[in-house]
Amino acid sequence: MDAARPNENDDNVTPLKVLAATLAPFDVKRENLIPILQTIQEKEGYLSPEAMKMVAKHLGVTASEVYGVASFYNQFRFHPPGKHQIKVCLGTACHVVGGEIILENFERKLGIKHGETTPDREFSVDRVACVGCCALAPVAIVDETTHGHMAPSKVEGILLGFQIEKERKEREKEQRESGSQQ
Amino acid sequence: MVKLTIDGKEVQADEGKSLLEVCTDNGIFIPSLCFLKEMTNPPASCRLCFVEVEGLPKPVPSCRQSPAEGMVVRTDTELVRRLQRSALQLLLSAHHVDCRNCHANKRCALQNIAKFLGVGLKPKRLEPLAMEFPQEREHPNFIYDPYKCVLCGRCIFVCRKRTGYGVLTFARRGIDTVVSWFGADGPDSPPCDRCGECVNACPVGALKSKETVQAPMEAAGA
Ligand code: SF4
Ligand code: SF4
Ligand code: FES
Repeated sequence: MDAARPNENDDNVTPLKVLAATLAPFDVKRENLIPILQTIQEKEGYLSPEAMKMVAKHLGVTASEVYGVASFYNQFRFHPPGKHQIKVCLGTACHVVGGEIILENFERKLGIKHGETTPDREFSVDRVACVGCCALAPVAIVDETTHGHMAPSKVEGILLGFQIEKERKEREKEQRESGSQQ
Repeated sequence: MVKLTIDGKEVQADEGKSLLEVCTDNGIFIPSLCFLKEMTNPPASCRLCFVEVEGLPKPVPSCRQSPAEGMVVRTDTELVRRLQRSALQLLLSAHHVDCRNCHANKRCALQNIAKFLGVGLKPKRLEPLAMEFPQEREHPNFIYDPYKCVLCGRCIFVCRKRTGYGVLTFARRGIDTVVSWFGADGPDSPPCDRCGECVNACPVGALKSKETVQAPMEAAGA
Protein backbone atom coordinates (compact mmCIF):
# COMPACT_ATOMS: atom_id res chain seq x y z
CA MET A 1 0.00 0.00 0.00
CA ASP A 2 1.17 3.44 -0.87
CA ALA A 3 0.41 5.49 2.21
CA ALA A 4 0.61 8.79 0.37
CA ARG A 5 -2.30 7.78 -1.79
CA PRO A 6 -5.62 9.37 -1.05
CA ASN A 7 -8.90 7.56 -1.03
CA GLU A 8 -8.79 6.16 -4.54
CA ASN A 9 -12.34 4.96 -4.77
CA ASP A 10 -13.59 8.52 -5.11
CA ASP A 11 -12.22 9.36 -8.51
CA ASN A 12 -13.68 12.85 -8.39
CA VAL A 13 -11.26 13.97 -5.75
CA THR A 14 -8.01 14.99 -7.30
CA PRO A 15 -5.23 13.00 -5.74
CA LEU A 16 -3.87 15.02 -2.90
CA LYS A 17 -0.39 14.54 -4.28
CA VAL A 18 -1.26 16.64 -7.29
CA LEU A 19 -2.60 19.30 -4.97
CA ALA A 20 0.53 19.23 -2.91
CA ALA A 21 2.56 19.79 -6.05
CA THR A 22 0.36 22.74 -6.93
CA LEU A 23 0.96 24.26 -3.51
CA ALA A 24 4.67 23.67 -3.31
CA PRO A 25 5.88 26.65 -5.37
CA PHE A 26 3.94 29.11 -3.22
CA ASP A 27 5.74 30.71 -0.29
CA VAL A 28 4.18 30.38 3.10
CA LYS A 29 2.70 33.85 3.14
CA ARG A 30 -0.84 34.82 3.89
CA GLU A 31 -0.96 37.07 0.85
CA ASN A 32 -0.57 33.98 -1.31
CA LEU A 33 -3.94 32.67 -0.24
CA ILE A 34 -5.93 34.08 -3.12
CA PRO A 35 -3.40 33.25 -5.87
CA ILE A 36 -3.28 29.67 -4.54
CA LEU A 37 -7.04 29.35 -4.52
CA GLN A 38 -7.18 30.73 -8.06
CA THR A 39 -4.61 28.24 -9.25
CA ILE A 40 -6.47 25.34 -7.68
CA GLN A 41 -9.78 26.41 -9.10
CA GLU A 42 -8.23 26.79 -12.53
CA LYS A 43 -6.96 23.22 -12.34
CA GLU A 44 -9.92 21.53 -10.74
CA GLY A 45 -12.85 23.77 -11.52
CA TYR A 46 -13.74 24.29 -7.87
CA LEU A 47 -12.43 24.35 -4.32
CA SER A 48 -13.02 21.04 -2.59
CA PRO A 49 -12.98 20.77 1.22
CA GLU A 50 -9.80 18.67 0.89
CA ALA A 51 -8.15 21.40 -1.13
CA MET A 52 -9.11 24.09 1.35
CA LYS A 53 -7.77 22.01 4.21
CA MET A 54 -4.47 21.54 2.44
CA VAL A 55 -4.17 25.23 1.67
CA ALA A 56 -4.88 26.03 5.31
CA LYS A 57 -2.16 23.66 6.42
CA HIS A 58 0.30 25.02 3.89
CA LEU A 59 -0.23 28.62 5.00
CA GLY A 60 -0.68 27.92 8.69
CA VAL A 61 -4.17 29.41 8.87
CA THR A 62 -7.42 27.63 9.69
CA ALA A 63 -9.67 26.03 7.13
CA SER A 64 -12.41 28.33 8.40
CA GLU A 65 -10.31 31.32 7.44
CA VAL A 66 -9.63 29.92 3.98
CA TYR A 67 -13.32 29.32 3.52
CA GLY A 68 -14.19 32.77 4.87
CA VAL A 69 -11.89 34.50 2.41
CA ALA A 70 -12.82 32.31 -0.55
CA SER A 71 -16.54 32.75 0.02
CA PHE A 72 -16.14 36.53 -0.16
CA TYR A 73 -15.37 36.29 -3.88
CA ASN A 74 -17.86 35.32 -6.54
CA GLN A 75 -15.12 33.73 -8.60
CA PHE A 76 -14.73 30.74 -6.30
CA ARG A 77 -17.06 27.79 -6.36
CA PHE A 78 -17.36 25.12 -3.71
CA HIS A 79 -19.10 22.54 -5.84
CA PRO A 80 -17.71 20.77 -8.88
CA PRO A 81 -19.10 22.23 -12.10
CA GLY A 82 -21.88 20.13 -13.61
CA LYS A 83 -21.72 18.34 -16.94
CA HIS A 84 -24.00 21.04 -18.26
CA GLN A 85 -23.14 24.50 -17.04
CA ILE A 86 -25.91 27.04 -16.90
CA LYS A 87 -24.94 30.66 -16.53
CA VAL A 88 -27.68 33.20 -16.04
CA CYS A 89 -26.78 36.79 -16.79
CA LEU A 90 -27.64 39.34 -14.14
CA GLY A 91 -25.93 42.31 -15.75
CA THR A 92 -27.87 45.57 -15.72
CA ALA A 93 -29.90 44.95 -18.86
CA CYS A 94 -30.81 41.39 -17.88
CA HIS A 95 -31.52 42.46 -14.34
CA VAL A 96 -34.09 45.04 -15.39
CA VAL A 97 -35.98 42.58 -17.58
CA GLY A 98 -36.16 39.89 -14.93
CA GLY A 99 -32.91 37.92 -15.06
CA GLU A 100 -33.57 37.04 -11.43
CA ILE A 101 -36.76 35.28 -12.44
CA ILE A 102 -34.89 33.17 -14.97
CA LEU A 103 -32.27 32.30 -12.39
CA GLU A 104 -34.93 31.44 -9.85
CA ASN A 105 -36.64 29.20 -12.43
CA PHE A 106 -33.49 27.22 -13.09
CA GLU A 107 -32.82 26.98 -9.37
CA ARG A 108 -36.30 25.76 -8.57
CA LYS A 109 -36.49 23.27 -11.43
CA LEU A 110 -33.11 21.79 -10.54
CA GLY A 111 -33.56 22.05 -6.80
CA ILE A 112 -30.26 23.84 -6.24
CA LYS A 113 -29.07 27.38 -5.60
CA HIS A 114 -26.67 29.31 -7.80
CA GLY A 115 -23.12 28.20 -7.23
CA GLU A 116 -24.30 24.64 -6.64
CA THR A 117 -24.41 21.43 -8.64
CA THR A 118 -27.16 18.83 -8.80
CA PRO A 119 -26.32 15.65 -6.84
CA ASP A 120 -26.03 13.69 -10.12
CA ARG A 121 -23.48 16.29 -11.32
CA GLU A 122 -25.53 16.86 -14.47
CA PHE A 123 -26.18 20.58 -13.98
CA SER A 124 -24.63 23.53 -12.24
CA VAL A 125 -26.14 27.00 -12.12
CA ASP A 126 -24.21 30.23 -11.80
CA ARG A 127 -25.00 33.89 -11.99
CA VAL A 128 -22.74 35.98 -14.14
CA ALA A 129 -22.40 39.67 -14.81
CA CYS A 130 -22.96 41.09 -18.28
CA VAL A 131 -22.10 38.62 -21.03
CA GLY A 132 -22.21 41.31 -23.69
CA CYS A 133 -25.40 40.72 -25.63
CA CYS A 134 -27.75 43.04 -23.80
CA ALA A 135 -30.07 43.34 -26.81
CA LEU A 136 -31.06 39.72 -26.19
CA ALA A 137 -31.82 40.22 -22.50
CA PRO A 138 -32.58 38.27 -20.43
CA VAL A 139 -29.80 35.93 -21.42
CA ALA A 140 -28.71 32.50 -20.24
CA ILE A 141 -25.66 30.64 -21.48
CA VAL A 142 -26.02 26.92 -21.38
CA ASP A 143 -22.77 25.12 -22.12
CA GLU A 144 -21.63 26.92 -25.27
CA THR A 145 -25.02 28.11 -26.47
CA THR A 146 -26.37 31.57 -25.81
CA HIS A 147 -30.12 31.70 -25.26
CA GLY A 148 -31.65 35.14 -25.66
CA HIS A 149 -35.03 36.52 -24.62
CA MET A 150 -35.28 33.92 -21.91
CA ALA A 151 -38.61 33.10 -20.36
CA PRO A 152 -39.73 30.52 -17.80
CA SER A 153 -41.14 28.35 -20.59
CA LYS A 154 -37.74 28.35 -22.26
CA VAL A 155 -36.10 27.25 -19.03
CA GLU A 156 -38.40 24.28 -19.05
CA GLY A 157 -37.67 23.67 -22.73
CA ILE A 158 -33.90 23.67 -22.25
CA LEU A 159 -34.01 21.24 -19.35
CA LEU A 160 -36.51 19.04 -21.14
CA GLY A 161 -34.19 19.01 -24.16
CA PHE A 162 -31.35 17.65 -22.04
CA GLN A 163 -33.63 15.11 -20.48
CA ILE A 164 -34.80 13.82 -23.86
CA GLU A 165 -31.26 13.74 -25.17
CA LYS A 166 -30.13 11.77 -22.14
CA GLU A 167 -32.94 9.26 -22.50
CA ARG A 168 -32.22 8.85 -26.21
CA LYS A 169 -28.58 8.11 -25.48
CA GLU A 170 -29.49 5.61 -22.81
CA ARG A 171 -31.87 3.86 -25.17
CA GLU A 172 -29.21 3.72 -27.86
CA LYS A 173 -26.72 2.34 -25.39
CA GLU A 174 -29.16 -0.33 -24.29
CA GLN A 175 -29.91 -1.27 -27.87
CA ARG A 176 -26.23 -1.48 -28.68
CA GLU A 177 -25.58 -3.65 -25.65
CA SER A 178 -28.48 -5.98 -26.30
CA GLY A 179 -27.44 -6.00 -29.98
CA SER A 180 -23.90 -7.08 -29.19
CA GLN A 181 -25.18 -9.81 -26.91
CA GLN A 182 -27.21 -11.40 -29.62
CA MET B 1 -4.93 58.79 34.72
CA VAL B 2 -6.60 61.73 33.02
CA LYS B 3 -9.45 64.02 34.04
CA LEU B 4 -12.30 64.68 31.66
CA THR B 5 -15.91 65.82 31.68
CA ILE B 6 -18.72 63.59 30.52
CA ASP B 7 -22.22 65.06 30.37
CA GLY B 8 -21.12 67.80 32.77
CA LYS B 9 -19.69 65.37 35.28
CA GLU B 10 -15.98 65.37 36.04
CA VAL B 11 -14.47 61.89 35.93
CA GLN B 12 -11.06 60.26 36.20
CA ALA B 13 -10.07 57.73 33.61
CA ASP B 14 -7.30 55.39 32.62
CA GLU B 15 -5.99 56.51 29.19
CA GLY B 16 -5.63 52.90 28.15
CA LYS B 17 -9.37 52.41 28.18
CA SER B 18 -11.79 53.39 25.47
CA LEU B 19 -14.14 56.27 26.05
CA LEU B 20 -17.01 53.80 25.81
CA GLU B 21 -15.65 51.87 28.78
CA VAL B 22 -15.05 55.05 30.74
CA CYS B 23 -18.66 56.10 30.23
CA THR B 24 -19.96 52.69 31.22
CA ASP B 25 -17.70 52.62 34.30
CA ASN B 26 -19.26 55.92 35.34
CA GLY B 27 -22.79 54.68 34.98
CA ILE B 28 -23.52 56.30 31.62
CA PHE B 29 -25.20 53.93 29.21
CA ILE B 30 -23.86 54.00 25.66
CA PRO B 31 -25.69 51.81 23.16
CA SER B 32 -23.23 49.34 21.64
CA LEU B 33 -23.21 45.88 20.14
CA CYS B 34 -19.81 45.14 18.73
CA PHE B 35 -17.40 46.22 21.47
CA LEU B 36 -15.73 44.00 24.04
CA LYS B 37 -13.24 45.50 26.44
CA GLU B 38 -10.63 42.85 25.61
CA MET B 39 -10.44 44.21 22.08
CA THR B 40 -7.28 46.11 21.27
CA ASN B 41 -8.55 47.07 17.84
CA PRO B 42 -12.35 47.31 18.04
CA PRO B 43 -14.08 46.94 14.67
CA ALA B 44 -16.51 49.81 15.34
CA SER B 45 -18.96 48.11 13.06
CA CYS B 46 -22.30 48.56 14.82
CA ARG B 47 -22.17 52.38 14.60
CA LEU B 48 -24.17 52.80 17.77
CA CYS B 49 -21.72 54.11 20.33
CA PHE B 50 -21.39 57.67 19.05
CA VAL B 51 -20.58 60.57 21.36
CA GLU B 52 -19.69 64.20 20.73
CA VAL B 53 -16.30 65.43 21.79
CA GLU B 54 -15.74 69.18 22.06
CA GLY B 55 -13.32 70.32 19.37
CA LEU B 56 -13.99 67.41 17.03
CA PRO B 57 -16.09 68.31 13.98
CA LYS B 58 -18.31 65.21 14.04
CA PRO B 59 -19.57 62.66 16.54
CA VAL B 60 -17.11 59.78 17.00
CA PRO B 61 -17.60 56.13 17.89
CA SER B 62 -16.62 56.07 21.56
CA CYS B 63 -15.27 52.52 21.36
CA ARG B 64 -12.35 53.82 19.29
CA GLN B 65 -11.75 57.06 21.13
CA SER B 66 -9.25 57.33 23.95
CA PRO B 67 -9.99 59.63 26.85
CA ALA B 68 -7.66 62.63 27.15
CA GLU B 69 -6.90 65.26 29.75
CA GLY B 70 -9.49 68.03 29.74
CA MET B 71 -11.70 66.34 27.18
CA VAL B 72 -15.34 67.45 27.17
CA VAL B 73 -17.74 64.72 26.10
CA ARG B 74 -21.48 64.73 25.54
CA THR B 75 -23.27 61.43 25.12
CA ASP B 76 -26.88 62.58 24.78
CA THR B 77 -27.08 65.31 22.15
CA GLU B 78 -29.81 65.27 19.55
CA LEU B 79 -27.24 64.60 16.83
CA VAL B 80 -25.89 61.56 18.66
CA ARG B 81 -29.33 60.17 19.30
CA ARG B 82 -30.33 60.64 15.69
CA LEU B 83 -27.29 58.71 14.49
CA GLN B 84 -27.98 55.97 17.00
CA ARG B 85 -31.63 55.67 16.10
CA SER B 86 -30.80 55.43 12.39
CA ALA B 87 -28.12 52.82 12.97
CA LEU B 88 -30.46 50.77 15.11
CA GLN B 89 -33.30 51.01 12.62
CA LEU B 90 -31.00 49.86 9.84
CA LEU B 91 -29.98 46.88 11.94
CA LEU B 92 -33.58 46.06 12.75
CA SER B 93 -34.61 46.27 9.12
CA ALA B 94 -32.28 43.32 8.53
CA HIS B 95 -33.47 41.35 11.54
CA HIS B 96 -36.28 38.86 11.84
CA VAL B 97 -37.85 40.23 15.00
CA ASP B 98 -39.71 37.45 16.76
CA CYS B 99 -38.93 38.04 20.41
CA ARG B 100 -41.65 35.84 21.77
CA ASN B 101 -40.07 32.78 20.18
CA CYS B 102 -36.48 33.85 20.71
CA HIS B 103 -34.32 32.38 23.45
CA ALA B 104 -32.72 35.81 24.00
CA ASN B 105 -36.03 37.44 24.84
CA LYS B 106 -35.64 39.87 27.78
CA ARG B 107 -31.86 39.72 27.85
CA CYS B 108 -31.27 40.89 24.30
CA ALA B 109 -29.12 43.94 23.60
CA LEU B 110 -31.29 44.95 20.67
CA GLN B 111 -34.38 45.08 22.86
CA ASN B 112 -32.47 47.04 25.47
CA ILE B 113 -31.09 49.59 23.09
CA ALA B 114 -34.41 49.98 21.29
CA LYS B 115 -36.08 50.72 24.59
CA PHE B 116 -33.36 53.17 25.59
CA LEU B 117 -33.59 55.05 22.31
CA GLY B 118 -37.36 54.89 22.10
CA VAL B 119 -37.31 53.04 18.80
CA GLY B 120 -39.88 50.34 17.99
CA LEU B 121 -38.46 46.92 17.19
CA LYS B 122 -40.27 46.99 13.87
CA PRO B 123 -39.44 50.43 12.51
CA LYS B 124 -42.01 51.57 9.98
CA ARG B 125 -39.68 54.01 8.34
CA LEU B 126 -37.63 51.28 6.67
CA GLU B 127 -38.78 48.37 4.61
CA PRO B 128 -37.53 45.06 5.94
CA LEU B 129 -34.53 43.92 3.95
CA ALA B 130 -35.32 40.89 1.82
CA MET B 131 -32.59 38.48 2.77
CA GLU B 132 -32.26 34.89 1.77
CA PHE B 133 -30.19 32.50 3.81
CA PRO B 134 -30.31 28.82 4.40
CA GLN B 135 -32.45 28.96 7.56
CA GLU B 136 -30.17 27.85 10.36
CA ARG B 137 -26.84 26.14 10.51
CA GLU B 138 -25.93 23.56 13.04
CA HIS B 139 -22.53 23.18 14.52
CA PRO B 140 -22.03 20.22 16.86
CA ASN B 141 -22.11 22.72 19.71
CA PHE B 142 -24.49 25.45 18.69
CA ILE B 143 -27.11 26.56 16.24
CA TYR B 144 -26.67 29.75 14.27
CA ASP B 145 -29.57 31.81 12.98
CA PRO B 146 -28.48 34.24 10.25
CA TYR B 147 -31.76 36.14 10.48
CA LYS B 148 -31.02 37.13 14.05
CA CYS B 149 -27.32 37.87 13.61
CA VAL B 150 -26.33 41.54 13.74
CA LEU B 151 -22.83 40.70 12.42
CA CYS B 152 -21.16 42.32 15.40
CA GLY B 153 -18.26 39.85 15.23
CA ARG B 154 -18.06 39.25 18.96
CA CYS B 155 -18.36 35.48 18.66
CA ILE B 156 -15.54 35.42 16.12
CA PHE B 157 -13.37 37.57 18.34
CA VAL B 158 -13.79 35.48 21.49
CA CYS B 159 -13.33 32.25 19.56
CA ARG B 160 -10.09 33.44 18.05
CA LYS B 161 -8.86 34.73 21.35
CA ARG B 162 -9.58 31.54 23.21
CA THR B 163 -8.42 28.95 20.68
CA GLY B 164 -5.66 31.02 19.14
CA TYR B 165 -6.84 30.10 15.65
CA GLY B 166 -10.58 30.54 15.45
CA VAL B 167 -13.28 28.12 14.44
CA LEU B 168 -15.63 30.93 13.47
CA THR B 169 -15.28 33.39 10.64
CA PHE B 170 -17.34 35.77 8.56
CA ALA B 171 -18.21 34.27 5.20
CA ARG B 172 -19.66 35.64 1.96
CA ARG B 173 -20.24 39.37 1.73
CA GLY B 174 -22.60 42.31 1.59
CA ILE B 175 -26.20 41.43 2.30
CA ASP B 176 -25.27 37.72 2.24
CA THR B 177 -22.67 37.96 5.01
CA VAL B 178 -22.97 35.32 7.70
CA VAL B 179 -20.95 33.90 10.54
CA SER B 180 -19.67 30.56 9.39
CA TRP B 181 -17.18 27.79 9.91
CA PHE B 182 -15.46 25.26 7.74
CA GLY B 183 -17.17 22.00 6.92
CA ALA B 184 -20.88 21.76 6.37
CA ASP B 185 -21.70 19.99 9.62
CA GLY B 186 -18.71 20.36 11.79
CA PRO B 187 -16.45 17.31 11.83
CA ASP B 188 -14.18 18.91 9.25
CA SER B 189 -14.06 22.14 11.15
CA PRO B 190 -10.99 23.20 13.11
CA PRO B 191 -11.31 21.67 16.58
CA CYS B 192 -13.84 23.45 18.77
CA ASP B 193 -13.12 23.79 22.49
CA ARG B 194 -16.82 23.46 23.33
CA CYS B 195 -16.33 26.38 25.69
CA GLY B 196 -19.55 28.08 24.72
CA GLU B 197 -17.89 31.50 24.81
CA CYS B 198 -19.26 32.40 21.40
CA VAL B 199 -22.80 31.77 22.57
CA ASN B 200 -22.21 33.86 25.68
CA ALA B 201 -20.66 36.69 23.68
CA CYS B 202 -23.64 37.02 21.36
CA PRO B 203 -25.55 40.15 22.34
CA VAL B 204 -28.71 38.91 20.61
CA GLY B 205 -30.35 35.57 19.96
CA ALA B 206 -28.31 34.44 16.96
CA LEU B 207 -26.37 31.66 18.67
CA LYS B 208 -28.08 28.97 20.64
CA SER B 209 -26.13 26.34 22.49
CA LYS B 210 -26.88 22.66 22.13
CA GLU B 211 -26.82 20.42 25.21
CA THR B 212 -23.04 20.09 25.05
CA VAL B 213 -22.53 23.68 26.07
CA GLN B 214 -25.63 23.95 28.18
CA ALA B 215 -23.85 21.86 30.80
CA PRO B 216 -20.52 23.65 31.22
CA MET B 217 -20.23 22.38 34.82
CA GLU B 218 -20.25 18.82 33.66
CA ALA B 219 -17.74 19.50 30.95
CA ALA B 220 -15.39 21.15 33.42
CA GLY B 221 -15.86 18.37 35.94
CA ALA B 222 -15.40 15.53 33.50
S1 SF4 C 1 -32.55 38.67 18.88
FE1 SF4 C 1 -33.48 40.14 20.32
S2 SF4 C 1 -34.71 41.52 19.05
FE2 SF4 C 1 -34.23 39.71 17.82
S3 SF4 C 1 -35.98 38.37 18.11
FE3 SF4 C 1 -34.44 37.77 19.64
S4 SF4 C 1 -35.00 38.94 21.48
FE4 SF4 C 1 -36.06 39.90 19.75
S1 SF4 D 1 -23.74 35.37 16.00
FE1 SF4 D 1 -24.12 36.89 17.64
S2 SF4 D 1 -22.05 37.42 18.37
FE2 SF4 D 1 -21.79 36.43 16.38
S3 SF4 D 1 -21.74 38.11 14.90
FE3 SF4 D 1 -23.88 37.38 15.01
S4 SF4 D 1 -24.84 38.69 16.53
FE4 SF4 D 1 -22.63 38.93 16.79
S1 FES E 1 -19.43 49.66 19.96
FE1 FES E 1 -18.52 51.27 18.88
S2 FES E 1 -19.20 50.94 16.86
FE2 FES E 1 -20.02 49.18 17.92
